[in-house]
Amino acid sequence: MSEQAAGLPADQGYKIEMRNIHKSFGGVHALKDVSLRVRPGEIHALLGENGAGKSTLMKILSGAYSLDSGSIWIDGAEVGINSPKAGIALGVSIIYQELALMGDLTAAENIFIDNLNDGRGLIHWKRLRAKTQEVLNDLGFGQIQPSSQVSELSIAYQQVVEICRALSRNSSILVLDEPTAVLSTHEAEQLFTLLGRLSASGVAIIYISHRLEEILKICDRATVLRDGENVASVEIKDVDEQKLVNMMIGRDPQNYFPERERAIGEVVFEADGICRGDAVRNVSFHVRAGEVFGISGLVGAGRTETVMAILGEDKRDSGTVRVNGRAIKMRSPIDARKAGVSLLTEDRKTQGVLLDLPILYNISLCALKALSGPGGVINRKKERQAAGVLVDKLRIKIGSLDDDCSSLSGGNQQKVSISKLLGSGSRILLFDEPTRGVDVGAKIEIYKIISELVSEGYAIIMISSEMPEIIGMCDRVAVMRGGRIVGELDRAELCEQSLINLSMGVNG
Amino acid sequence: MKWERLGKRNISRFLQTYSCFIILLGLIIVSGALSDKFLSQQNIFNVLRQQAHIAILALGALIVILTGGIDLSSGAILGISNVFVAYFITNLALDSMGGAAISIITAILAGGLAGFINGLLIAYLSMPAFIATLASMTMLRGVALVMTNGTPIRPPVDPLANPGSFALFRFGQDSDPLIGMPWPVWVTVVIVAFFWFLMKYTTFGRLTMATGSNEDATRLAGINVKMYKTAAYTLCGLLAGVAGVLLAARAGIAIPAAGSGQELTSIAAVVIGGASLSGGSGKVANTIVGVFILALIGNIMTLLAIPAYPQQIIEGAIIIAAVFLNRGKKKK
Repeated sequence: MSEQAAGLPADQGYKIEMRNIHKSFGGVHALKDVSLRVRPGEIHALLGENGAGKSTLMKILSGAYSLDSGSIWIDGAEVGINSPKAGIALGVSIIYQELALMGDLTAAENIFIDNLNDGRGLIHWKRLRAKTQEVLNDLGFGQIQPSSQVSELSIAYQQVVEICRALSRNSSILVLDEPTAVLSTHEAEQLFTLLGRLSASGVAIIYISHRLEEILKICDRATVLRDGENVASVEIKDVDEQKLVNMMIGRDPQNYFPERERAIGEVVFEADGICRGDAVRNVSFHVRAGEVFGISGLVGAGRTETVMAILGEDKRDSGTVRVNGRAIKMRSPIDARKAGVSLLTEDRKTQGVLLDLPILYNISLCALKALSGPGGVINRKKERQAAGVLVDKLRIKIGSLDDDCSSLSGGNQQKVSISKLLGSGSRILLFDEPTRGVDVGAKIEIYKIISELVSEGYAIIMISSEMPEIIGMCDRVAVMRGGRIVGELDRAELCEQSLINLSMGVNG
Repeated sequence: MKWERLGKRNISRFLQTYSCFIILLGLIIVSGALSDKFLSQQNIFNVLRQQAHIAILALGALIVILTGGIDLSSGAILGISNVFVAYFITNLALDSMGGAAISIITAILAGGLAGFINGLLIAYLSMPAFIATLASMTMLRGVALVMTNGTPIRPPVDPLANPGSFALFRFGQDSDPLIGMPWPVWVTVVIVAFFWFLMKYTTFGRLTMATGSNEDATRLAGINVKMYKTAAYTLCGLLAGVAGVLLAARAGIAIPAAGSGQELTSIAAVVIGGASLSGGSGKVANTIVGVFILALIGNIMTLLAIPAYPQQIIEGAIIIAAVFLNRGKKKK
């Protein structure tokens, strides 16, 4: 395939062309005259805020949705993709953020799931494993054992397994949807190397990500969508981060990180000598009112594990927690809530919001005690008022409080989650990856909310894998590596270099 | 995309809420047309009387299903309570009115205790609800058989020798003098009203639903989900206990096999009422409608003199049809 890529003139010979795609759902345009052209061997970024139409476009490409009008051309021939099966047959593979692997099966079984028996009667396990090892070696991931159970592999390796499966289907068009959201910096680097290798062999890669610095680094061209329409298709070398952001949101974001008055008060939260197995080793820190305290580090450094051990969701081996100077017996999140400590979970959909319950129920979940009279009878008027106040305060965009939470965009769901914490009355808030998977506009909103909360005297502990937001938001940062805090940085010392050095154990 | 979901959700929500009412209405109209006996007061009160304990059982099933669990033992708990009340009232000098009250309360509390143990096994020892309640179903049925030696208990119906037993029996048979509704049906009406209020307007109802909707998220929000789960099974047990007493009062006899298979009938009613077996959604009113959809199917076939064995085939097919029409909330 590489000869083919090399033999084509630069301005034509597209691997894939989606022309003038229209798609509407119940009279609402999701895509209006959208076109996307990707050359073989190109890494092409597809950009846009959540709801801009990226997923719809990719679902049309994969065959999950049908198009209303427009055409799809692969290798210069018009094709009809009316089912995911047809998409796979034409060489289109999509790697979603939520990986579609069978966790209980081995890497080998996952990679060759379509053709375990090699077209013969029974499965020849030895040959299957050898074949798998070959594929993995080719991609430079020979360290993954073909016989290892997929759920035991790290997320990064699981991604590699899924990419291998796509390649085993002879996919020549690979779509990656937010692949680095769950990866550490180091793992992301490995992924980029792999993508480089794939593109060199002629695979056309469509890359969706909210992380613009990645896109500037690895992509060749970008197509930007806004509100279901093409904004621009650009060469990456002609743009910078600011330009891309402006195209996506159609306005100047001014500054991501709001300036705030820093009025830092008393120490309100202390964790002392928290231990849990190998994951959390003797972690101690304190947080003051009005302060954003960051916990940085690579994925797997023990950040979420530390928070779970503090809350008592995971059993601590040792360590004490003090709130307002008083030692608290934290055996579960119930104790934490009673002590005024609440968690915004890392995974919004599975641990954050109650998707199929009304927005109202989500917001008042932790506030019911205060909102109900004798016998636990809820004062519905008071409940609505209280929820309305929080909706206004956090500027949550909702139709009605009675709509299911699943009707909201990711950013607004995250705001609903935050309002739930505020409803509990807690003044110490643990935010685990608060902007994971939300678009740029919503990110800026969440930063604003965090700033407003600390200026009201809340204490916020923020775990984040995104260095810019750690640097932009935090007053003080602890960096974790291998379950330990390996260093603490204050505002003056905060920079990407110092964070990387500490989190990777490099002496800077 | 969100636009697509908006339109579909409104329609699906409407269907999810009302389709079982439409099915019930259709059944009533068709049945009324097929048989002139169907809409007679006697037939209606008969159906209500027969369904009084099933409706109570179904309420318990609903609460457990709302938490995302399942209770296979409620039929057996009904059996235990049924046997307990008759056994006490007949064999242990509990023949006065007060004695009858003690027998009834003990039988109901025994049901509650069984449910509480189910809850502990499931919430605190993390056993799968299906297995834990399957085991307790087997054990409890065994207890009922041991207590009765496998034979029915028939409490004496004699106002002088055993006034307690006599009063219980009359309560099961008689109707209120005003509109002529059987007393057991009144008990069911009061209980249904109470649980309708409980699930809709109280913290308990809300947090039970939250637990079933997303247990992880609810627990991490600092809600005591173990307590709510245990409470759900306990309530289910208490309700099955009440159902057992009502059945004994109506039948005037207690048999150890009472309630066999009715845990499944009650679960079917909950599902026909549109509840999701994965938890978090389901309504009291819809559950009661589900009970009557099932009941009317049986009733009309009996009125049309369809023999009992083919009735089962038709009943199963209609359950599938009802759930098919009702699957408003399709999870993709």
